[in-house]
Amino acid sequence: MQKITREVLIAKAEELLSNGTVSKVLGLKKGEFSYDQTPAVFTDIESMKKDFVFDDFSGANFSKYLIKETKKGEGKTLVFLKPCDTYSFNQLLTEHRFDREKVYVVGIACDGMVDIKKIKNAFGDGIVSVDATTDTLKVETLYDGVKEIAKAEVLAERCRNCKSKKHVAYDELIGEDGEVISSNRFDQVDELEKMTADERFAFWQNELSRCIRCNACRDVCPACTCEKCVFDNPNSGVQNKAAANSFEEQMFHIIRAFHVAGRCTDCGECSRVCPQQIPLHLLNRKFIKDINGFYGDYQAGEEVGNRAPLVNYTKEDLEPSEAVNKGDK
Amino acid sequence: MQVNEYKPKIVAFCCNWCSYAGADLAGSNRLAYPAEVKVIRVPCSCRVNPMFILRAFQRGADGVILCGCHPGDCHYTSGNYYTRRRMALLFSMLDYLGIEKERTRVEWVSAAEGAKFAATMNDFVKTVTALGENKRLEDLRCKK
Ligand code: FES
Repeated sequence: MQKITREVLIAKAEELLSNGTVSKVLGLKKGEFSYDQTPAVFTDIESMKKDFVFDDFSGANFSKYLIKETKKGEGKTLVFLKPCDTYSFNQLLTEHRFDREKVYVVGIACDGMVDIKKIKNAFGDGIVSVDATTDTLKVETLYDGVKEIAKAEVLAERCRNCKSKKHVAYDELIGEDGEVISSNRFDQVDELEKMTADERFAFWQNELSRCIRCNACRDVCPACTCEKCVFDNPNSGVQNKAAANSFEEQMFHIIRAFHVAGRCTDCGECSRVCPQQIPLHLLNRKFIKDINGFYGDYQAGEEVGNRAPLVNYTKEDLEPSEAVNKGDK
Repeated sequence: MQVNEYKPKIVAFCCNWCSYAGADLAGSNRLAYPAEVKVIRVPCSCRVNPMFILRAFQRGADGVILCGCHPGDCHYTSGNYYTRRRMALLFSMLDYLGIEKERTRVEWVSAAEGAKFAATMNDFVKTVTALGENKRLEDLRCKK
């Protein structure tokens, strides 16, 4: 597999900008630290050479940004998409959220991104910078000098269970395309299902009670694209954080996951951005697993125009009571 | 005499075209079902947003039941088929979060099935009474 580097991407962008295929590039620039990168739009190659970054922290899914970006100005937007991003891309096209003609997609191979939270868990606070361009990460710390850690050890959770190395949408590819892979991504859901109801409740109570209702999971989710969100409605009963009680978090997280059920491509952005390290993808995966089990295998975003399971039905669908008991086994 | 006997609060969402009429029929036939059941009329079972169910629990319901026309008989042709999928997923999710699955139910009751309505409600109230108060999904701020 071709290793994708910053230089490769800049060269590609330079080519497409200079021959007029695209008028701007959606990418990442350095944030306060090398590992917290910020989305940015580049319109000329000089600024890109200066600010554009790409390494193993560049895991952001750009599909959602396209909704706003394609509405601005003339010309196409160049975007580099990893395999998992292309599923979200297709799903958004299915929902007519942006104009395909205004985007130029360059598919890039991906061998997994790393998670800064895991690095912090390993080395504690005081991380100055991380060189994440090779398979051994060099972590510069404030108190201990430069440390090394293998990329495999700090691979993002979602990448451990990567579902596909294959791009389902692109205009051109850098390197070769991969395959859909089987990843045991439902193993954790299985484990939870095997617990007793009390254990499950305790597990989720522990996870969800840490929620600070920053709404990052909603804001980043490529399936959450309503212009007016129910959680911004003061009458929804879940607008603010409840200090006294766990209910709001439960309600928020159930509804958040439910609103994207059948449309969630399992890209894992929700868990990536959660500052409290709540495994939100386990809620989404439960829905995906149930949908697969109840109504037949379905992968959101696999093809443009597929009908999501919750806006579809058959006369023989199972009853809710059967569904609940099925989950027991 | 029993003091402070536990009485659950049950919310029943009933479709206007079938179960609501079924409840009426149960009434005019003088079939008894517990007064703990509070019926909320909805235009179709698929009007029930998952949030309604959670909201009912938030405000102190101990059990929530959703009644609609039999599959195939929905007044709007297909509403209850969507309900069926939605509630299957929602209930399974609640179970996954450790909420007792007996607290939620979907039942298809036609306008002619007054007896079924009464029997369903009696049974549901019995189940929920046995479970006791809903502690896991209520919001303490809503408690008066
Ligand atoms: S009208 Fe009764 S369920 Fe749709």
